[in-house]
Amino acid sequence: MAVASTIIYDYLRGKKKFPHVWCPGCGIGITMGALLRAFADLEIDKNDVVMVSGIGCTGRMPVYCDFHTLHTTHGRAIAFATGAKIAKPNMKVIAVCGDGDGLAIGGNHFIHAARRNIDMTVVLVNNKIYGMTGGQYSPTTPHTKLGSTAPHGNVEHPFDVYELTKGAGATYFARGTVYHATLLQSLMKKALSKKGFSVVEVMSNCHTLYGRLNREGSAVKMIEWMKENAVNIKAASRKTPEELEGKVLIGEMLDIERPEYCEQYEALIDQLGGRPKDKPEAEESPEPEEIKK
Amino acid sequence: MTENRSYLLQGNQACAYGALAGGVDFFAGYPITPSTEIAEILASELPRQGGRFIQMEDEIGSIAAIIGASIAGAKSMTATSGPGFSLMQESMGYAYMAEVPCVVVDVQRGGPSTGLPTKVSQADTMQAKWGTHGDYYPIVLAAASISECFHMTVRAVNLSEKFRSPVVLLLDEVLGHMRERITIPDKSELELVERRKPTVPPEWFKPFELTPTHISPMAGYGEGYRFHCTGLTHDSSGFPTSDPAEIKDKLDKLKLKITQNSDEICTYKQEHIDDCHIVVIAYGVAARVAQQAVRIARHKRFKVGLFQPDTIWPFPEKALRKALENADLAIVAELNQGQLINEVKRIAHSKVKVDGIFRYDGDIMTPHEIVKKIREAN
Ligand code: SF4
Repeated sequence: MAVASTIIYDYLRGKKKFPHVWCPGCGIGITMGALLRAFADLEIDKNDVVMVSGIGCTGRMPVYCDFHTLHTTHGRAIAFATGAKIAKPNMKVIAVCGDGDGLAIGGNHFIHAARRNIDMTVVLVNNKIYGMTGGQYSPTTPHTKLGSTAPHGNVEHPFDVYELTKGAGATYFARGTVYHATLLQSLMKKALSKKGFSVVEVMSNCHTLYGRLNREGSAVKMIEWMKENAVNIKAASRKTPEELEGKVLIGEMLDIERPEYCEQYEALIDQLGGRPKDKPEAEESPEPEEIKK
Repeated sequence: MTENRSYLLQGNQACAYGALAGGVDFFAGYPITPSTEIAEILASELPRQGGRFIQMEDEIGSIAAIIGASIAGAKSMTATSGPGFSLMQESMGYAYMAEVPCVVVDVQRGGPSTGLPTKVSQADTMQAKWGTHGDYYPIVLAAASISECFHMTVRAVNLSEKFRSPVVLLLDEVLGHMRERITIPDKSELELVERRKPTVPPEWFKPFELTPTHISPMAGYGEGYRFHCTGLTHDSSGFPTSDPAEIKDKLDKLKLKITQNSDEICTYKQEHIDDCHIVVIAYGVAARVAQQAVRIARHKRFKVGLFQPDTIWPFPEKALRKALENADLAIVAELNQGQLINEVKRIAHSKVKVDGIFRYDGDIMTPHEIVKKIREAN
């Protein structure tokens, strides 16, 4: 345990950046710990990692992580990450987003990056609410639950992030919770190792806003709820729909193979003779007609 | 394209070939009239030259992708028109704040809103200056010929690399689709600027270091320098700050790197300025019309000259003041309801009357409209 807890110091930016901005007990810290341990397990060089985020409580994570870090505009993390990945295809690119940042304002980029199957890992911290702006309902707030902009209960219905990710064309999806921190770490390891668009949805607690508004109690109580109500996908097949009612399925839910965007584009460059060393073989490009002098 | 040969090209084609000549190796864009040819050519050419092209899901994604690619180390560009340019504004602010070199080409069409997709306009002049929120100092170039579409794209890339700033290149529907003869210069004739890279050990690297020129060296990804980049107001190390002195330092840096270097950034052209009482001021495609008008008017013995800024932001203020020294009338010709005229009014001496000739009905003005104005003034 002692060893496990010091490993992540190698991946943190040191004392100067702490204390962090998150509320005591917020699940985002556990998520970051699991993620950094996954990097440590895989022995990925920090110089090879680009961590991109947008705006929100989760968006603040890159400040603390000693990678190339890019804290972008609201919702655009995946689009910035797409540019960085294509420009430097050898970098390991991850985007960390909250549910509002990743699926509302950033939803378009999320589905299109999944469709392209571009090699990056999205860590989607789902606490079912906008935290930083004060508890407004998000695309994952359950129907009838309260938010500061859903004072009479949420009229809308939430996304099923797994169905969305799968439908959009991603090749890996897993869901974990901040209670199951070691499982989360191993799911993240798997996602980071996957060539293609991989998503790890992290069920997290925002006790400060969601918990308070919906009377779900303290951080500890909310995390205990995850312990009691999460069902591993492997066990779920042996349960009836009635038994699964209101439960959260966790574990690896999608792991398929499909051609990856950057690999395909790099192959196109090779095929067209675009690399400096094989330039001579370049096939003549069509060009506008020259003016006869 | 072969160098040192003449071609009959459209402005959008010349712009795309200028991007390749200028070293652009990453382009992200979204289809929009009248700029689409730029994306189409680069989609075909970039991979042949080891560069990369992507069609994003919208213009918001396009600007985000070119900023991400530039921070990673690429020379990046996008091209769009009014509605797309509007969508890009928020992240353009990010690029100003995070000092990210990139080129945004706006092939202007009539607005506001969907406006006139296939008709000419110069109504984005002020948007290019003030489009995103906050205090910042953009570099904006306006091309007036097909040859300038090529050369100003190269220059836009160079300026963005040198000053670590987005550069906006304004074209318009007429230039984008008009054909003119252009000689593609030999690569050796083009001077290409590369961003300054850090030379200090990684632990000393400050991505927004305060320097005498106000420009800081910039590292790419995977080059051993790990750094943080944010749209929050930050200190020289790149991390968010709320310290008033550091906030002021950052905003001063953004301003001074442009204003202190404006002599280098600003270029302009002038004709018959020495003896003229009337100065016609025009930029972009309207300057072509103004050129012709001034020639016709001189032929009719009117003492009239032309002042044509290539750089509209920052505006070549000193040069205009000098050009107006002997004048008593300035006529600003624009394809909008009068935008740059306000800048001219600000700069002009009090004895100079500033008048405008504006056309905003989707058609380009004729030289005779300007000549008529000159005649009326005499
Ligand atoms: S507001 Fe909610 S999500 Fe944000 S730090 Fe606090 S507990 Fe975490």
